[in-house]
Amino acid sequence: MANDVTITITDREGISHEVQAPTDMNMNIMELVRAYELAPEGTIGICGGMAMCASCQCYVLNDFPLPEKSDDEQAMLWEAFNVKENSRLGCQIHITEDLDGLEIELAPEA
Amino acid sequence: MIETDILIIGAGPTGLFAVFEAGLLKLKCHIIDALPQPGGQLAELYPKKPIYDIPGYPEVLAGDLVTNLMEQIKQFQPGFTLGETAETIEKLEDGSFIVTTNEGTKHLAKAIAIAGGLGTFEPRKPILKDIEFYEKEDRGVDYFVKDPEKYRGKNIVISGGGDSALDWSIFLSDVAASVTLVHRRNEFRGALDSVEKVQELKSAGKIKLITPGEVIGFKGSERIESVDIEVNGARMNVVTDYFIPLFGLTPKLGPIANWGLEIEKNAIKVNNALDYQTNIEGIYAIGDVNIYPGKLKLILCGFHEATLMCQSVYQRLNPGKKYVLKYTTVSGVDGFDGTRKEAEKAVVKSIE
Ligand SMILES: Cc1cc2nc3c(=O)[nH]c(=O)nc-3n(C[C@H](O)[C@H](O)[C@H](O)COP(=O)(O)OP(=O)(O)OC[C@H]3O[C@@H](n4cnc5c(N)ncnc54)[C@H](O)[C@@H]3O)c2cc1C
Ligand code: FES
Repeated sequence: MANDVTITITDREGISHEVQAPTDMNMNIMELVRAYELAPEGTIGICGGMAMCASCQCYVLNDFPLPEKSDDEQAMLWEAFNVKENSRLGCQIHITEDLDGLEIELAPEA
Repeated sequence: MIETDILIIGAGPTGLFAVFEAGLLKLKCHIIDALPQPGGQLAELYPKKPIYDIPGYPEVLAGDLVTNLMEQIKQFQPGFTLGETAETIEKLEDGSFIVTTNEGTKHLAKAIAIAGGLGTFEPRKPILKDIEFYEKEDRGVDYFVKDPEKYRGKNIVISGGGDSALDWSIFLSDVAASVTLVHRRNEFRGALDSVEKVQELKSAGKIKLITPGEVIGFKGSERIESVDIEVNGARMNVVTDYFIPLFGLTPKLGPIANWGLEIEKNAIKVNNALDYQTNIEGIYAIGDVNIYPGKLKLILCGFHEATLMCQSVYQRLNPGKKYVLKYTTVSGVDGFDGTRKEAEKAVVKSIE
């Protein structure tokens, strides 16, 4: 069985949560935030993970070798608000064993 | 005043299917939706995506499911108030309700089914000082193009990089005195032919393109007179009558939150063991908009909830009457338009 990884997520209230994320359920970071209810219903994952709403935008806090942004992710981030250098779309980051120790912060709701 | 048996707020799959189930019970429905087209999330967010978990459909495009639902309910002749938001609900002494929209359209109904999904889709607003001032009373900021004629002969600045920014720039280039399209990048995310058309109109001098650029402020005391735009680190000022930011829509519970209903986690609490009624008798909540222990936000769950809700409304409106569950295969379907659908009877032939 695949191992869980530990990911630290700072919610929009500034509270940090260390959560265990499964690597064998084809989950992404947006779904992980929803599963642990770290953002109110209706404020994250609005487009269902299609890189079309930016409600799942997060800032990557530690130096992590994440996969490159796809064209879709890049284009959505160009349209989004509160975008920083370290912005990513949570729904485009799939949880794999490589993510153990990742630290992210949810971007403000827009 | 529009009168109906069940007034459905929300034309998503749940609201649409409720019309069918109500029709079987001879109850008339009218639907309100804030969007100009029926289909809810399926039409607004993912019309071209396949859905795989509708029983009996190994695969169906969300847009096609909406088309089929519309076809299925046609015989029950529902009324529609589209492009208007249900704003207030008033309960009358006889137990019926008056629902008024933001445009003032009034609806009188014996029961209400809120099928509002994630809420009304509202524009994503750029974070700009004073934008709230300019978006009111026709002071120059619009988030939707409702009537293109409003912009005839005017100067327009549109911002955004998706399909609606491209489409409206193209459309208004024929109507407005000038159209300036501002986008943060040189690349646009939209249908290829729209991008090419904008390119053509730019070359013909009919659209002014400012990329990579961003509107960062307004000038004007009573209404907008010009917008400040940052281009490659420098600032410029463009004289305009209207600024139309088109950055997509995001659902917000909206007016539903003010109707005195019990709300939990951005959804309306209902008694699921029984009939999906809310804390106000006669008001039901079905589909994504409701919450109860074990709730799943799936289309098929909305269909199920719509069915039980209609049975309950029938019982409420016909207290003495016994209703016996019928199968449409056996009893057929009688439309309000005089049509009758029925399975063909097998031929009875004697064997000698
Ligand atoms: C990308 C994506 C993929 C999905 N894939 C699937 C899938 O494969 N299978 C599945 O079962 N489900 C899927 N879903 C979930 C599914 O779309 C929802 O469960 C379904 O749309 C809920 O239907 P509904 O009718 O309850 O609400 P909605 O579809 O949200 O419709 C609600 C409607 O109510 C309107 N409204 C709200 N408030 C008001 C008001 N005050 N006045 C007027 N109108 C109002 C809104 O404008 C909206 O049109 C998916 C969702 C997304 C985003
Ligand atoms: S959920 Fe919409 S962009 Fe990620």
